[in-house]
Amino acid sequence: MSALLSVTDVHISYGKVEAVRGVSLDVAANEIVTIIGANGAGKTTLLNAVMGVLPLRGRTTFAGVDMAPLDIEDRVATGLSLVPEHRELFGTMNVEDNLELGAFRIAKSTAAVSLERVYTLFPRLKERRKQLACTLSGGEQQMLAMGRALMGAPKLLMLDEPSLGLAPIIVADIFRIVGELRSAGVSVLLVEQNAQAALQIADRAYVMELGEFVLSGTAKDIAANKGVAASYLGFQHEGESAI
Amino acid sequence: MNTTIMLFLLQDGITNGAIYALLGLALVLVFAVTRVILIPQGEFVTYGALSYAMLATGQVPGTARLAVAMGLVAFALDLFFARKALHARLVMRSVALNIVFPVALLGLVYALVGPHTPVAVNIALALLIVAAIGLFLYRIAFQPIAHTSVLVLLIASVGCHLALQGLGLVFFGAEGLRGPALSGAAVTAGPLRFTGQSLAVYGLTVGFIVALWLFFGYTRTGKALRATAVNRLGARLVGIRTTLSGQIAFLLASVIGAISGILIVPITTLYYDTGFLIGLKGFIAAIIGGLVSYPLTAVAAIVVGIVEAFSSFYASNFKEVIVFTLILPVLVLRSLAAPQVEEEKD
Repeated sequence: MSALLSVTDVHISYGKVEAVRGVSLDVAANEIVTIIGANGAGKTTLLNAVMGVLPLRGRTTFAGVDMAPLDIEDRVATGLSLVPEHRELFGTMNVEDNLELGAFRIAKSTAAVSLERVYTLFPRLKERRKQLACTLSGGEQQMLAMGRALMGAPKLLMLDEPSLGLAPIIVADIFRIVGELRSAGVSVLLVEQNAQAALQIADRAYVMELGEFVLSGTAKDIAANKGVAASYLGFQHEGESAI
Repeated sequence: MNTTIMLFLLQDGITNGAIYALLGLALVLVFAVTRVILIPQGEFVTYGALSYAMLATGQVPGTARLAVAMGLVAFALDLFFARKALHARLVMRSVALNIVFPVALLGLVYALVGPHTPVAVNIALALLIVAAIGLFLYRIAFQPIAHTSVLVLLIASVGCHLALQGLGLVFFGAEGLRGPALSGAAVTAGPLRFTGQSLAVYGLTVGFIVALWLFFGYTRTGKALRATAVNRLGARLVGIRTTLSGQIAFLLASVIGAISGILIVPITTLYYDTGFLIGLKGFIAAIIGGLVSYPLTAVAAIVVGIVEAFSSFYASNFKEVIVFTLILPVLVLRSLAAPQVEEEKD
């Protein structure tokens, strides 16, 4: 089976500092893949570069199309979507406008169907549809960011730290919805510090350290790996979790 | 002062204020979408007004040729920036917009120009010429540096203003021009006489404000423009082409500028450099509106117009000084009210 997203030998630099070195990864259709790793490992950098926000050296193809000549806007049109760490919502616009703009590149009739689907996934957004995005709580903003990305009917959704700064109950909700996306035919590339939660819903995982992948395999194998458990799962309850 | 004089001054102030409101709105729009402080807004006013005045005398204004020249440069830039991934569709689109459109417009101007061309046709031609110039100005001067800081954009903006003003001298000469009135009708109400011209000013200002409100509040393109202003990266991530947003903003600003010019050129004689001062008053209104608020800008513009009218009655030598002094208390208040923020580096 050919991969939906294929990243081959990618290097990303900030000036002279190389933040990501020789990374390769694949995401197949209907698959949830997670990249776990500590702060500063280069996970966010990698997602941003795949989306076209940052320049990279190497090869990325999505749905068989070479991404190199495409701008962010054109990558969106091919079905690639990023929910960035800072969410990048339109704060002074209301929830419905934010969602409507998520469907900027698709036909209005399809957008109406997408909107219903997003409201079914996130009933809270429907309740708040006339509220300004900047007045939403953190969890609602994350839902809106995901909803806005889903409005464009993406084939692959890249989520950058969706659980960051959120209450555990909301995190559980968000991860449940990520799981549901797979059955709706959306692949997910998930970057998370909350490794435990990420490994529970993912099919496969990559472990990133200092700009390189040090380990990859099925999520089950990675979760069972002793090194990973010590480095990422063990600290979970002390340092990272919002509990 | 008696009531009649006061009413006259008020009427005068509101008429001018309405023009400043249009220009102020255009400035806010352009700044919000592109972060460019549009100093050449005044040149759009002069170009619109004087192109219309020249067309009315049966001559072809140099601005029509300028549009063709700028189109060629814009086309060259399009090709240069897309050199690594040239598609036939992209080239065709660029040819249509940057070459066919201005050349066809120049042809149209030559075909239609004459001493007996209807006023409406001349207005349409003048608007199209300035719209093309506005569009290409963004493509040439601002799109390549769209990601830089507000200061760099401002410097480019001042450069454009100087260049366009100089070209204005070449096209229109140092002598002022006056255009024919849009309509000869007039209405009298008590001591006040409303000419068709001033009624057109009110009507168009209100019409534009309503149209802009509908456009930004209810259309997808309008919302996309707002979104670009609120969060540039967010806009790109949903597939909004921010360069297109910038072009639309400049297109609207240039058309608004040209309409303002066409509205005032039958009332006062305009020179190649008059637009700058008019644009600056729109700028005062925009600053009072914090470069973000459309309604506040419109209200502030009316105040600027009225203050100008009264100060020209009481102290005409200090008219401009008084108007521009308005900005000082506003800036002081704003600096006290708003926390100091460092300019975002992107």
